[in-house]
This record gives sequence, structure tokens and C-alpha cells, in this order.
Amino acid sequence: MIEQNLSLLLVVIPLIAAPVTAMLPAGRSPWLFTLAITWICFALAIWQLTIVIDGSTISYELGGWAPPWGIEYHIDALNALVTLIVSGIAAITLPYALLTVERDIPLRETSLFYAVFLLCLVGLLGIAQTGDVFNLFVFLEISSLSSYVLIAMGKQRRALTAAYQYLIMGSIGATFLLIGIGLVYAETGTLNMQDLHQRLQPILDHRTVHTGFVFIVVGIALKLALFPLHLWLPNAYKYSPSAISVFLSATATKVAVYIMLRMVFTVFSTSILMITHTEFIFLTLGAFGVVVASTAAIFHYDLKRILAYSSIAQISYMVMGMGFASKLGITATVVHVFNHALMKGALFMAAGAIVYRLGSSKFENIYGIGRQMPWTFAAIFISGLSLIGIPGTAGFISKWYFMLAALEQQAWLFALVILLGSLLSVVYMWKIFEALFFHRPACSAPPVTEAPLSLLVPMWVLVLANIYFGINTELTVGVADTAVRLLGVTAYHE
Amino acid sequence: MIDTIIGHYNYWIVILLMMAGFYTVINRGNLIKKIAGLNIFQTSVFLLYISIGYVNEGTTPIIAKGFTSYANPLPHVLILTAIVVGVSTTALGLALVVRIKRAYGTIEEDEIHDKDMSL
Amino acid sequence: MSDQHLLLLSVFMPFAGAFTLVVFRHWRNLREAVTLVTAAAVCLIVVTVFMRFNSGTLMAIDIAEPLPGLAIRFEVESLGMLFALVASLLWLVTSIYAIGYMRKHHEKNQTRFYAMFAIAIGSTLGIAFAGNLFTLFLWYELLTISTYPLVAHTGNKKARRGARTYLSILLGTSIGLLLFAILITYTVTGSLDFQEGGILAGKLDPAWAGLLYALFIFGIGKAAVMPFHRWLPAAMVAPTPVSALLHAVAVVKAGVFTILKVTIYIFGTDFITSSGASDWLVWFAGSTILLASMIAMVQDNLKLRLAYSTISQLSYIVLGALLATNMSLLGGALHVSMHAFAKITLFFAAGAILITADKSNISDMGGLGRAMPITFTAFLIGSLSIIGLPPFGGMWSKWYLGMGMVETGQWLLLTVLLVSSLLNIAYLLPVPVRGFFGKAKDGTEYAQIKEAPVNCLIAMMVTSVACVLLFFHPDPFYELAMNIAGKK
Repeated sequence: MIEQNLSLLLVVIPLIAAPVTAMLPAGRSPWLFTLAITWICFALAIWQLTIVIDGSTISYELGGWAPPWGIEYHIDALNALVTLIVSGIAAITLPYALLTVERDIPLRETSLFYAVFLLCLVGLLGIAQTGDVFNLFVFLEISSLSSYVLIAMGKQRRALTAAYQYLIMGSIGATFLLIGIGLVYAETGTLNMQDLHQRLQPILDHRTVHTGFVFIVVGIALKLALFPLHLWLPNAYKYSPSAISVFLSATATKVAVYIMLRMVFTVFSTSILMITHTEFIFLTLGAFGVVVASTAAIFHYDLKRILAYSSIAQISYMVMGMGFASKLGITATVVHVFNHALMKGALFMAAGAIVYRLGSSKFENIYGIGRQMPWTFAAIFISGLSLIGIPGTAGFISKWYFMLAALEQQAWLFALVILLGSLLSVVYMWKIFEALFFHRPACSAPPVTEAPLSLLVPMWVLVLANIYFGINTELTVGVADTAVRLLGVTAYHE
Repeated sequence: MIDTIIGHYNYWIVILLMMAGFYTVINRGNLIKKIAGLNIFQTSVFLLYISIGYVNEGTTPIIAKGFTSYANPLPHVLILTAIVVGVSTTALGLALVVRIKRAYGTIEEDEIHDKDMSL
Repeated sequence: MSDQHLLLLSVFMPFAGAFTLVVFRHWRNLREAVTLVTAAAVCLIVVTVFMRFNSGTLMAIDIAEPLPGLAIRFEVESLGMLFALVASLLWLVTSIYAIGYMRKHHEKNQTRFYAMFAIAIGSTLGIAFAGNLFTLFLWYELLTISTYPLVAHTGNKKARRGARTYLSILLGTSIGLLLFAILITYTVTGSLDFQEGGILAGKLDPAWAGLLYALFIFGIGKAAVMPFHRWLPAAMVAPTPVSALLHAVAVVKAGVFTILKVTIYIFGTDFITSSGASDWLVWFAGSTILLASMIAMVQDNLKLRLAYSTISQLSYIVLGALLATNMSLLGGALHVSMHAFAKITLFFAAGAILITADKSNISDMGGLGRAMPITFTAFLIGSLSIIGLPPFGGMWSKWYLGMGMVETGQWLLLTVLLVSSLLNIAYLLPVPVRGFFGKAKDGTEYAQIKEAPVNCLIAMMVTSVACVLLFFHPDPFYELAMNIAGKK
């Protein structure tokens, strides 16, 4: 019985758990309850992946109403992978959150914090499960609104303005998405993704369809933080509570990438990219994003800010992969969605550990901390190497596929941009390594010890995952291959 | 030609409201005015959906004797959902503004920016 | 023990050693013992691998397949065997030297030093035994990263700046050029396997071969072909054992080793000669030989002089690869071993002088040879081997390189070879000459200065004796090199 309702359970369980959490007394119990819920979701996600990993699909009708009239949850390998990432990151963030949330959030607000966290999880999992575009919009707004709240709970007052700016930009993006959905609905009369795909095929050259497509793409681009719509991201990641930086950096933008993939390739089909010249826009904006964001990262002196700009650059890579619009390109994007979640999760966890001990992530306060917190520093080092793309780490696998996708199409300029991005990431990562390890400690710094175990263990799980998935790519590349096949993307032809 | 322009007046209103709202969001420095602009922007989208849902000679989508053609009820339902989303966003935004006022003492964007930079 | 496990053990034992010595970090003698035992064990394992390889067993193992069609593969072939023997033997010798050096010099962070050293050697063996270009690239990058903390060891501003130059040039070339070349090779041929006769012939338009080959040559920054050579003098801020083993043997030889492997097993010597891929690249190698020698002559700091000498000597090997004839490949491969033993002797001596007499500039070393006769004699022997005079091993490699140039009618390059040998004399011999016959700058008599610590002396004597021994008995290196050259 559970197996048939898997996809619904993934959404309903955290949804019901959220108000329950809000009512729990402040202290450890909301945390414990949320921990149990996230681990249950993770187990369900693994179960779901084992079902669809061979290429089959699950089709779940909500309330028994048959699609396209009813809302359908349509799960294939790509859905399952994104669900796995979101629930997995949530599951690993919760043990980490115990101590950092105690530091960051006032005691009486913790039950509400965890309740909103579960709502965010509902939103993200719902996006990954649903097969109906309007349902997607609703879940997107649920996750976005919860994330505005979560970011605003950061300690400094700038968290409020960061959340506000994100709210304004995010709502504009969601509204654009709504407009796009409306236009597409006007042309086809359906909201079901599979049905839309059938009905849009013969009318792909209609101007209304193009307009709808463009609104959808721009709307999602705002959520993705694609250059130049990325301005909300650095502040949002920097000022949010540590656990939220970890969770959002590893999931929110990846889910937006998933939405883009679903919309572009499943709903509209690959040829829309050529017709509207969007592939060129993806490639160009992606290339700019890589170079501009990586360069910006080099000039900052705050650990969390550098990591935020680095995230923008990595997302630009994923968009470039979509721009290549070939089997290799989309495989690269999907693999990088997984790998980046591991990398950035580990890096933000380490940054959070430093903030936990020292209260700041500005370089002037944390010089030389690597010597006193060797395990945290080693985590930053290895995840940093993965970000740069050193062979033996997960990041290398993604880079390899991006480069192959570029070389397959003889897109020399974009191949060089990808390499340049790697080299720039060497510069800013090494700036971090040097500042944390070799630099003289700041005079005002109090002596500190290593981060507590409950922060170190989740961190190192992610770090070791980086290495594991750099050597054994059966899961990541295998699922990506299946997903790409089901998306209907073929290898590049001349 | 004139027919097209006048016949589609609801779409012109949609565009007008959309641009007015968007302009307010971008141009106004007052945080509450931005939220107001966002609301206007979202309202225009509601109008768009309802306009699409109109069926020629259709009446309100409640089953009644003597009517065979009804307007499409689905966009109405979608808009209800979108209105709820819009209301939640507005509520959240205004709550943030209250907290910002408490923390900064002002709700003008440039003054907030100055206060942040001066630290 | 099965062949495959032995092969794996040879690469991963240094890592196990690194881990163990970190565990023992608070007991100094135990820690140094771990280093020595690990080095000796690795030596033994590599020699055993060599003996099994000689008896004809094929030793290969795949341990993972990160990318479809690209496995992490270890395989033993002649060139890799040669490199592995040199690296493992010299690690043992250097460990003995390093213990004496680090203690006399009261260096800090010694555990980190020995651990990273072991990891660097493990990576070197990974490069030596790599069975395809992907595996080689993986260990190549790990070598760069594991040697960074060794270069930046002292942690002061100068060391950090030097380490920054080191890293930016090595990672810049490896990511920007070498990875690009590897990807192009993979896109064109669909594989990165090492095969006799190369994998590019017939798949790549010969017109592009030169460009791809250049990407490889300049991308393999560890070979220090100009203009990507500045990392080597920058790395001299490291403690001398690092300069000795890594930057005279492991890192730099990894660079030229990779060039040789790419030349023989990716391009194939026939493809190189028929496509003329190296026609204009030989001039870069030739100029590097001359320019580096000339820069070496004006360096007063001994380690810097030796660094530029290394740059020059590396291009001999690069030239051997570029010319791609039997003789030149034989000479190049042989020079990997001959130069290693000779240069490490020179660096050992330089380090000994540094920690005993606290002198690093040659102009200060007048008369020092009379106080440190063993050190300076070792230096003399090393110099004569580099110059290429009998009865020292270096003569053989120079001989075959020269024969290779005669074979192909490259008279200009032969002149470069002879001129640079003269320059070798000019920048190497003044050191021992001044040491034995010169007068100290400030007129002091070196009564108080005794010889270098015992460990350092033993190491120096072993390697200088090896230089002589290799003249009379150049096998097994000769035989291994012959195998490579014979495979055309």
C-alpha cells in the first residue's frame, strides 16, 4: 500500500508534520520530530528511485481523478533523482542543525523554524513529484515563501533586507512563470505536462507559444539566479542561518534547474530551443555567469559570500549544459545537479562550523583558523578540490561531461569558458585555503577548538560522498543517462 | 483593426496594470510601495487568466436551467489559488517590512542601504 | 602475493605510511622509523615488481571506472618500471637524508612534511604505473596538490609567494592546456588507452597533430619547457629534501615521463615523424636548454643555479621525445635515471652546505670544500655526471641523445647539445673548484665547521657512488630504456 502511494506520501508526510511541529514545545522536540520526518522522506525517496531507475515511470492520480483532468504525479528517473537530492540534503542537514539552530534562532522560535523548514521541504518535494504545471507553480511558491521566512530568521538585520529583496525578485519570477503557464494553457487547454507535450508539438511555431515559453524561461531564470538575475543570491546565502545556507544552496536552485529541464524538454520539447534561439541565450548568459561570478568571488573577503558567488558560477555551468541541448550536455547538467549539492552542502557546512565557533565568516576574523580546526579545514580543502574539478572527485566528472558536450559541437569558445571557470575557481578557492591555513591568525581571535561532532559528522559524510561519487559514478551517470533518454534529448547531430 | 484594439480591451488593461505594477516595484524606494506594485502586477495576471477563460456567449460557470454554454471554470479556480498565493506573499512582505522598520528605523530603500554601508 | 595486489600495494603503501606516521606524530623516533620502513618496503615491492615484470608477466589491474570507458588502471611497462625504480630507490635515500636535515635545521611541522612527502611519492608511483592517460592525469594533479604544502612549508611570506607561483603555473597549465588536450584526444579517438603505436594515427588529421602535441608539451608544465618554467625556481623556497627528491626527481621526471608516454603511446613515434608534429616544438626545447643554462650561469644562489640547470636538463629529455627516433628515445629515457641520481647528489650537497655552514650563495663558499671535503667531492661527482664525462653515468644518456640527433641530421640541435655541455661545465664546476681552492670572502678559516650530519653524508655518498656505478653497469635502466626505444 505504501509503495502505490509513495509519491503522495513524500508530500503529505512533511505537510502534516509541519503544523504538528509548530505546536511542539520549544527545545529539542521539534528538532527530533523534524529529524525523524526528513529521514522517513529520505528512505521513501530511495525506495522510489529503486523503482524507476531502470527507466520505468510511476503515474499517480491524485484523488483518483484521471489525467488530464485530475492532477497527476508523474515520476521518472529525473524526478526521483531530484527527490533523492532534496530529501538527502534535508536528512543530512538536520543532525547538523541541532547546534547551529540553537545558536542562530531564539529558543521560543525554534518550533516555528522547524515547521517552516518542513513546509519548505514540502514545496521542494512537491515540485519534484508533480506532473501538472500549475501544481508546480503552487509548490514553487510554497517553497519560496518558506525560504523567505527561513532566510529572514538570520541573526543580523541584513537578513531581513536580503529576504525582502529575494521576496520581491522571487515573486516577480513566479508571476512570470504564471503568465507563461496561462498563455500556454490558452493555446492548449491543458495543464498536465505529458498532455501539454502532445498538444504543443503541432503548434510550436505559434507566437503565443513562444511568448509563453519566454515568460516561463525568464521566470525560472530568476529563481535559478542566472546571470544577470542573480542579485538576490549572495545576500540571501550570506545572511541566512547556517543550516539554511546549507539546505538552500544545495537544493533550492537545483530544483529550479530541474523545473527548467522539465519545462524546456518535456513540456515544450527540444526543438523550441532552436526555434526561439534560446540555446544561444543559455550558452551566452551561462558563459557570462561563469566568468563574472567567478571573478566577483575572487574579490571578496568573506567566506560565505565567496561560496555564494561560486554557486552562481556553478549554476551557470548547468545552464550552459542545457544550452548545448545534446545528450552529453544534459547529462552534464543532471550529473552536476547532484554533484554540486554535495560540494556546496559540504562547503557551507564547514563555513557554518567556523561561524559557530567564531561568530563570523569575514576573513579578517577567521584568518589562520584552519590550524585550530583541522578537520573543518580538511573538509573545505577536499570539497574545494571537488569544486575546482580535480580528478578523483565528483566535480571532475561534471567538468568532464561539460567539456565533452562543448567539444562535441566544436564550440571552442564555450569550452575555453568552462576551462577558464575552473582556473578562476582555483584562484578563489586557494585564496580561501591560504587565508584559513597559512595566514597569521587575527590578533583579536580567541583560541577555539575544533567544531563539535554533530557538525563534523554530517560535513564529512558529504565530503566523503564527493570522493565516492568521483570514483563510482554508476548512480549519478546511470540515472542521468536514463533521465536524458526519457527527456527525449538525442545526441548532437550536425 | 479598430475592432481588434477595442475588442481586446481587457488585454490592454492587463498590459497596463502589469507595466504599472512592475514599474512601481522597480522605481519606488519605499518598501511598502514595492509590495503594492507587486500586488498590482499580480492582479494583472489574474485578469489575464480570467480573460482567457471567457467563452463566447458563455455565462457564469454555475449549472442553471436554460443555459448550455458556460465560461471555463478552470481559470477561475487557478486564479483563486493564485490570489491566495498573492495574499500570502503580501502578508509575508509586510511582516518583513515591520521587522525592517524595527531594526533600521526606516523603510526607505536608500536609507537602509546607507545604514548598511556606514557600518 | 598475486601480481595485481603487489602492483596496488606499491602505489598505496606510501599512503598507508603517511597515515601511520601521522598517528605516531608525538614520538619522533617512531615516526621517522615509520618513514624509513615504508620507504624500504616500497623499494622492495617495486624491485619485486621489476623482477616479475622482467620474467615476462603482464601486470595490470583496474580498480574503478568513474567514467564509461575510462578506468583507473594500473599497468607495468618498461618506461614506468624505470621511473618507479628511480623514484622508490631515491625515496629511501632521501628519507635518510631528510631526517638528518630536518633535525639539524630544527624545522617545524615535521609530521606534515613527512606525511605529504609520502603522499607525493605515492602519487609519483601512481603516475609511473598508470595504465591509461586518465589515470596518469589523476595522479599528476594529486602530485601537484600534495607538493604544495611542501613548497609552502615554512609558511612565511616568501614561501607562500613561491608556492602561489608554483601552483598557478602547474594547475594553470594542467587544467588550461593538458586537460584540454586530453579531452580533444578522447573526443577524436574515443579512448585514452596507452597503446604501442599510439591511438591517434588515422583518427587525427596530421595537420592538427602539431597543435595537439604543443598543447600536451606546454600543458605538461612539470617538464618546465619555457615559457612555463618559472615554477621550478619558485619552488626552491622549499626545504632542500623537497628540492632534491621532488624537484630533481619526482615532480620534474613525472613531467618528462608524461611527455615520453604521450609521445610513444598516444601519438606513436611513426605518427610524430610522419606528421611533422614536433618540427617547430624542437626549437622551444632547444632554446630552453640554452637559455636555462645561460640563466644558470648568472645565479649566485646555489639552489637557483641547480634549478635552472634542471630546467635545461629536462629539455634534453623533451628533445629526445620530440625527435622520436630509436636513439633519441633511448637517450631520453636513460637520462631520466642518470640525471636523477646526479641532480639529487647536487641538491643533497647544497642542502648540507646550507644547514652546516648556513651558506646559500656560491660567492660565499670559497674554501668551504676544505672543511667539508665529502660534500664537495659528491658535488664534483654529480657535476661531472651532468656534464656527461666518463666514467660517470651521465655520459651514456648524452651519448645516445647525440646519436639520435646525428641520426636525424639535426646538426643545429647537436651544436646546442655540445654548447650546453660546455655551459654545464661553466656553471657547475666553479662550485667545487672554488670550494677546494678558493679563499673565503671574509677571510675566515673554517675551523669550526665540521662535515654535514651523518645521514646526509650517507645519502650523498650512496648517490654519488651510484653515478659511477651506472657508468659501468647501466642495466637495468639501460635494458628498460632499450625496450622502450625498440618499440617503434
